[in-house]
Amino acid sequence: VAESEVSEPAAPRPFWSGTITFGLVSVPVNLFPASRAGRASLRMLGPDGVPLARRYVSAETGRPLGPEDLVRGAEIDGGQYVPVTDDELERLAPEKSRDIDLRRFVDAAAVPPLAFERAYFLVPAGTSSRAYQLLAAVMERSRKAGIATFVMRGKEYLVAILAERGILRAETLRFADEIRSPADVGLPDPVKVPAAALRRFQKLIDEHAADALPREELRDQRTEALARLVERKRARNEDVIRTDASADTGRAEVIDIMSVLKRRLAATARDAGAGRRRQTGPERPGRAPRAAGDLERLSRAALYDRAKALGLPGRSAMTKTELIRAIREVA
Amino acid sequence: MAARAIWRAVLRVGSASVPVKLYAAVQDRTVHFDLLEARTLARIKQQMTDPGTGEEVPTAAVRKGYEVEPGTFVVLSDAELASLDPEPSREIRISRFLPIGQINHQWYERPYYLGPDGDEVAYFALAGALGSREREGLAHWVMRKRQCHGALRVHDGRLVLIALRNVEEVLAAGELPAVRGRPLDPKELELARQLVATLEGEFRPGDFRDEYRARVQELVAAKARHERPRLRPVKTRRPPRSLLDTLARSVESARQRRGAARG
Repeated sequence: VAESEVSEPAAPRPFWSGTITFGLVSVPVNLFPASRAGRASLRMLGPDGVPLARRYVSAETGRPLGPEDLVRGAEIDGGQYVPVTDDELERLAPEKSRDIDLRRFVDAAAVPPLAFERAYFLVPAGTSSRAYQLLAAVMERSRKAGIATFVMRGKEYLVAILAERGILRAETLRFADEIRSPADVGLPDPVKVPAAALRRFQKLIDEHAADALPREELRDQRTEALARLVERKRARNEDVIRTDASADTGRAEVIDIMSVLKRRLAATARDAGAGRRRQTGPERPGRAPRAAGDLERLSRAALYDRAKALGLPGRSAMTKTELIRAIREVA
Repeated sequence: MAARAIWRAVLRVGSASVPVKLYAAVQDRTVHFDLLEARTLARIKQQMTDPGTGEEVPTAAVRKGYEVEPGTFVVLSDAELASLDPEPSREIRISRFLPIGQINHQWYERPYYLGPDGDEVAYFALAGALGSREREGLAHWVMRKRQCHGALRVHDGRLVLIALRNVEEVLAAGELPAVRGRPLDPKELELARQLVATLEGEFRPGDFRDEYRARVQELVAAKARHERPRLRPVKTRRPPRSLLDTLARSVESARQRRGAARG
C-alpha cells in the first residue's frame, strides 16, 4: 500500500566491507543482504488513533526506565541473572578482521541443506573486478564453494562463498552443533521398500515435474490480503484516522537494496569497459549517514522497525543505542 | 533422546498421502540476553504509552492500524485481522517437483525434519523416489495460522522440509547485471583453477567452531562463579601484489603446504 511513494532513498552503505582472500590473492568486496523484510507491520494506536510508543518500566515499582537504568543479563539456573556489560561483550568479540579467508574449497552440493542460514550478495569493491571475476568463474565452472569463517558486527560466522551467473554470494552456515542429526531427532533407519511403492512415487514425481521455480507460488498471501482489506476500507473512508503524528516507522527511507545492487554492479562493468581507474577502495562502515541527528529522535520501536526493514540480525536484543549504531553502519 | 514432534500432517503428492511428523532440525545455541533493571537485576516490563502525554495505554484500549501515508491510519479490528488467517489444515501439498538447485539457498529460512507417522513404507518410498530423480518438491501448508512454503528434500535418507522466504523478501539474482570487465586471461584462469584444486577438500562441519559463542558462554559461567573473566582479543592482514604473480605464488605455497602435510 502506498509504500512506493518514497522520497529519495538514502544511499545504503554495504552491510560489511572487506576482502576475500584465496591463497595470496585478495578480492575486495562489499556485502549486501540478499533478502529484505517482506511482512507489512501494523502499528499500535491509542483510542484516539495516536501512534503509541513502547516504554520499559520497572517490574517492581512501575517507574519508567531510561537506557542508563538497563543492563543485559544471561539467565542461569532458577531465574537468576548474570549481568553482562556491552564493554565485556565488545572485548570478547573477535578483533575486526576484514578478511574472508577461503582455506578450503568443497563441492557446492556437499554443503548440507540444513546448514544454510542467510544469504548476502558480494559486489566487487576497489579499482579492479578482475580477481572477483576470476574467482567467480573458477568456482562456478568447478561447482565449488569456498568455506571460511569471518567476523561481522562482533560475531563470528561460518560462511560458504558460492558463484552463480558470475556473481558471488556469501551464505552464512549454521555451526555443526546447531544442526540435529536424524538420530538426535529419533528418526527411524531407512527400511527397504517394495519396488512397486518406489515406482509409484517416481511416477508421481515425473507427472508433477517442472523445470523452473514458479515464483508466484511463493507470494505472501496474507500481506496481500491485508493490503486489499486496507485499501477497501480506505476507499470507503471507514476507520481512517488522520493524526499529526506519523508513526515514523522510517518506511519512507526503506532502502531498495535491489536498485543499489544493480547500480553498483553496472558501475563495475562501466569502469572496466572504459578502462578507467577510480580509487574507490572498500567503503568504510561506521560513519554517520545523512541526517545524522535524526535517528536519536526516533523511539526504540521505530528504530527496531527500521532495523527490521534493513534485515539487521540480532536487532531484537539491541538497545536503542545499539540499534542506532547498527543502522548507521548500513544506512 | 528422541525429540518431540512439533506438528503432525499428511504429505499430499497427487493421489498419494504420506502421514508425517514435523521436527525442528536446528537448535539455537546463541547465548540470549534479557534486558534487566540494573538496580535490581530483575526483568523489566514493557508498556505502550501515548508519547504526547506519557500516559500508559492499557492493552485493552490499544488499536491496531496500518499506516497508509504518514500520519494516516486505517484501523483494523481483531475480527478483521482474524478473517485474513488461512484455513487451518493438516495437509502439506506438494505442487510440483523441481530439479535440485532451482530453489537456491537464498530462499531458505528454516529447516525441519519430517519423520514417518505410521506408514514407513510410503515415507521411505517417497524419500527414495525423490533421491533417485534428483528433484525436490515445492510444498505449501498452513501452520500456526501462517501460510508457509517449503522445499521437500532428502537428506541423510530422510525427508526434510525447508521453510522458504516469500517472494517479496528474496532479491532475485537473475535480475542483477553480470560483473563484467576485460576478458579473463587464460593463464590467470588456469592458475586460479590450480589454486582452487590444491585447496580442495571435504566439507567437514566439525572443523569449525563458533569461538565467539564459546567465549560468551565462558564469560557468563565465570561471572556466575563470581570469578573475574579473562577477556582476550585476536588477527592480521596482507599486502597486495600483481594478480598473476600472486596466483603463481599461492599455487606454489599451497602445494608445499599440502606436501608437508602428507609427508
